[in-house]
Amino acid sequence: MIEQQPLQAGLFSWPAKAPELLGSRCDNCGEHAFPAQSSCRHCTGGETTVVGMGREGRLWTWTIQSFMPKDPYYTDETPETFVPYGVGYVELDCGLRVESRLRENTPDALTIGMEMEMEIIPVRQAENGTEWVTFQFKKKATR
Amino acid sequence: MDVAIVGLGLYPFGRSPALSGLEQGAAAARAAMADAGTDFKAMQFAFGGSQDGGNADSLVNLLGLTGLQFTNIWNGCATGGSSLSAAYSAIASGQYDTGLVVGFDKHPRGAFNPKPQEWGLDDWYGETGLMLTTQFFAMKIQRYMHDYGISNNTLVSTAEKAFRNGSITPTAWRQTALSREDIEHAPMVSEPLSKYMFCSPAEGGCALVICRADIAHKYSSKPIYLKTAVVRSRSYGSFEVFAPSQAPFVADSPTVTASRAAFELAGIGPEDVDVAQLQDTEVGAEIMHMAENGFCAHGDQEQWIAEGRTEITGSLPVNTDGGCLANGEPVGASGLRQVYEICHQLRGTADARQVPNSPKVGYTHVYGAPGISGVNILAV
Ligand SMILES: [Zn+2]
Repeated sequence: MIEQQPLQAGLFSWPAKAPELLGSRCDNCGEHAFPAQSSCRHCTGGETTVVGMGREGRLWTWTIQSFMPKDPYYTDETPETFVPYGVGYVELDCGLRVESRLRENTPDALTIGMEMEMEIIPVRQAENGTEWVTFQFKKKATR
Repeated sequence: MDVAIVGLGLYPFGRSPALSGLEQGAAAARAAMADAGTDFKAMQFAFGGSQDGGNADSLVNLLGLTGLQFTNIWNGCATGGSSLSAAYSAIASGQYDTGLVVGFDKHPRGAFNPKPQEWGLDDWYGETGLMLTTQFFAMKIQRYMHDYGISNNTLVSTAEKAFRNGSITPTAWRQTALSREDIEHAPMVSEPLSKYMFCSPAEGGCALVICRADIAHKYSSKPIYLKTAVVRSRSYGSFEVFAPSQAPFVADSPTVTASRAAFELAGIGPEDVDVAQLQDTEVGAEIMHMAENGFCAHGDQEQWIAEGRTEITGSLPVNTDGGCLANGEPVGASGLRQVYEICHQLRGTADARQVPNSPKVGYTHVYGAPGISGVNILAV
């Protein structure tokens, strides 16, 4: 079994059965930030706490990345294997709008306001075999 | 002390393989000084900026080692606006009588590829494919179209106008008008924006000679008065580029705050403006900036553009030289190109692009990452 590791530590809970996004909440004004930061961009306060921000939200806006980005984009894809991906801001329950890759990659599949949920996706394989992963959002499955 | 613009110089935008960025800046500076009937020895100070073209103060090697105060300005896409704002203060404060503002650039081909660390971000942001300005512009107009009922037709009309105006601008990079079909069928870059809806990095130079208003007639028979030059940065909640997260609400953009301050300082309102330049990094920007600068209500752009109100013959001509779309964006020079065009419009020397009925008041607006806006109000 391939070992998976977050490409960037601290963006989401890991290891976890159902990883959720991590952010910071200002101890003074309560405003959230993602990724977590030690000071507040809203009230300029200097005390914050890392909090879980859940794994669901609503699509606030979106676009589609239709060509393979150049540097600093770094995955195992080639221009031949590149698959367009969606990009959007997802509004979490705390109100914060988090930018994310989206699984849906056609205009027909994306609507502002649609319910979204987070998933973990591979980014690239390291030389030692470790698979670097990150988060993205996809249309919430109807249960 | 009132401030006047008395010399206009521009080195054509586009691709100039034979000239360095600095050489294009020097050519623009010489043209501006010749237009004012003066020379570099008469310049008491200079403000200049460039992203990829070299240090602006190196221009003294080409223009002459006269010992003047030469300050480099770097403020992203708002570099030209910030240079002019600084020069305005130098004259208005009484510190100097006459000086030069210059911007130039020479970018590598293709889209800019910014480094996450220079923007206070970690590598994952770029490596996973979120570090593209095109995505930001697309997402901003996507939400705006949803909120205010702007149609794809309006995006196409805005691009069509840019290239039509570019076709009658001898110094523009893109001088070929495009049909609606050309624009509609171009490859999609970032939904809803396709190929001809974005500007591209380019090369070029632009310069202005500015002086105390009371000595302006020494240099020009038709000085243009710089009523105000305002630059503002973003506040919390402004929807900006390269942001892994945005606030739960949308606050006024720096364009709104800069525009309000500029109108207040100039003592006039949007209804008094006869011709405008609004930052059009892509068509959505021009459309949103019409409202953010106070010229119309959000959503009214749909009707304004359908009625041709922003055409050269309309009630508020916008980007009469084709804007960034037709001229490309040499970052250091772009904001000054806007002022150059407005000055020609107010002088009545804009030739085929001349706005009818002798426009008296002009307006320029530049916007740059990560949330800086510069507004100038000009009058004859
Ligand atoms: Zn706070």
